[in-house]
Amino acid sequence: MLNAFTLLIVCQFVGEVIARFLDLPLPGPVIGLVLLLGLLIWRGGATPAQEATGNWLLRHFGLLFVPAGVGVITQLDVLGRNWLVLLVAIPVSTALGLAVTGLVMQRLARRDEG
Amino acid sequence: MDKIFHLWVYLETTPLLGLVSTLVVWQLAMQIANRAPGFALANPMLISVAILSVLLLATHTPYSAFFQGAQYVHFLLGPATVALALPMYANLSRIRRSARAILPALLAGSITAAGSAMLISRLMGAPDVVVRSLAPKSVTTPIAMGIAEQIGGQPSLAAVFVLLTGLTAIVLIPPVNRLLGIRNPMAQGLAAGMAGHGLATARMLLVSETAGAFGGVAIGLNGLITAVLVPLLASLL
Repeated sequence: MLNAFTLLIVCQFVGEVIARFLDLPLPGPVIGLVLLLGLLIWRGGATPAQEATGNWLLRHFGLLFVPAGVGVITQLDVLGRNWLVLLVAIPVSTALGLAVTGLVMQRLARRDEG
Repeated sequence: MDKIFHLWVYLETTPLLGLVSTLVVWQLAMQIANRAPGFALANPMLISVAILSVLLLATHTPYSAFFQGAQYVHFLLGPATVALALPMYANLSRIRRSARAILPALLAGSITAAGSAMLISRLMGAPDVVVRSLAPKSVTTPIAMGIAEQIGGQPSLAAVFVLLTGLTAIVLIPPVNRLLGIRNPMAQGLAAGMAGHGLATARMLLVSETAGAFGGVAIGLNGLITAVLVPLLASLL
């Protein structure tokens, strides 16, 4: 468990170092994700402990959003002044994104299978 | 009474209070959410944020004091993002087979979601910082906060928008899929992960494992795509 957690942190750390060093526009954890994926492909899979630790974190993804979410109380005035914009922009752009991704994927995946 | 006051003053200076309240409220929120399954807004994350926000406002506790403890939970977003490599690896052969479909679908979706959010908010006269913080709203929080900062938005505002977007996606997924006849679980999952990041993906996992796996792929890849695309889109502003 500790081993697996260390691996995740090390990937994030190396990702962070690479991002800063090469001035990449990507956050460190995303580069860490790519590194871990490469490692898993190279090693031919994850150990049971790595699976367990990773899945434990992913199962509680929602909890990890809570501290940033409570930050809403520092933005109440901005939200109050722009509530109408947000009430339109967020649902409309989210629906458009869902529709475009879903339709393109369904169309192209069908073609690939056939 | 004096003793209680001193205890409170002490606790306010330690990270313990923020950490304890985050974890305990989360447990409580899980209980509440489990009692109302199928109700989209009965989301433990939303319930936790609501309860904690009211608590902080009621006790006049500054957010910075709360975050001093909550940051230990917040920090885990980094390793959790790295851990997304696990479901991606588990579905690698499926992903490879449909790579030619995944990339165009995510590219089109990412431009649509970020572009329309920026366009609508700009046309409706929102201040620049709101427009720029809205751009990365479909991306998972750590990436969205990084992008927002980079293009001149406000990271904490972006985090709130990410949250609102995830919840909106959960509500919108069933009607959008029904209306447009999107029945392929790979397409449903990919769209959920693209538009509604981890929150919508966690929801899709309850419906289908394939949909959940493609949601995981979409979270990671869309994070990469958006991190490259949005700064370009923002430079057009």
